[in-house]
Amino acid sequence: MREVRLVYFAWVRERIGVGDEIVSLPDTVVTAGDLIAFLKTRGEDYAAALEHENVIRVAIDQEHVEHDEALGSAREIALFPPMTGG
Amino acid sequence: MASAPAPLSAPAPVTVRVQAEDFDTAAEIEALSAGRTDIGAVVTFSGLCREEKGALSALELEHYPGMAEAEIRRICDEAITRFDLQGATAIHRFGRIDPGDRIVLVIAASTHRQAAFDGASFIMDYLKTAAPFWKKEHLKDGTARGWVSAKDADDTARDRWTQG
Repeated sequence: MREVRLVYFAWVRERIGVGDEIVSLPDTVVTAGDLIAFLKTRGEDYAAALEHENVIRVAIDQEHVEHDEALGSAREIALFPPMTGG
Repeated sequence: MASAPAPLSAPAPVTVRVQAEDFDTAAEIEALSAGRTDIGAVVTFSGLCREEKGALSALELEHYPGMAEAEIRRICDEAITRFDLQGATAIHRFGRIDPGDRIVLVIAASTHRQAAFDGASFIMDYLKTAAPFWKKEHLKDGTARGWVSAKDADDTARDRWTQG
């Protein structure tokens, strides 16, 4: 097990119900995609927020990554919807 | 025979700010170009909040503090290199934005106009699709219409920079 800080934005944050949290990850969680699958098992709010996995964007230590990216020694992992700034 | 090293030109200045407050477009152009005699073209893009046919009360702009600045800076640095810009400024607001208010400012400076037009366009296309900001619409009837959906057209606009 290892601990990471997770941060959520926009409707991902609203559906999960918190903006950030410290979560212990089992060793089976290797990639960003594994993390999303793991979080979906944590309850209905998570399952609803992450239902459409392919639209969820992931940033590791504030840099965009694909879902097959290994989490490595990430300190902060962010999950959020496609961006709509500008 | 040893030749003297080429003089290093000063790095093109990049200014990135993410802030709640409004900004002064003329002052930002002046800050970028004052005292410079190498700049021949300055292109400015301003993004404003539309009223959506009178229905919109305000936009609420959420951002990822830290990453928003870092991502915009990465985009500007890429534009400086790719278009050989003489400087770039990008300012993006967050929080409540009323119809008619400014949301974003991009300024690109170069020796000639085409690089400045392209640089500003490139920065905006990537800013819209890669900078971590999200818009939520609040309507005049007091309801929240919800989060604005990302548009395929924005991805298409971005992708033209990576095609042949």
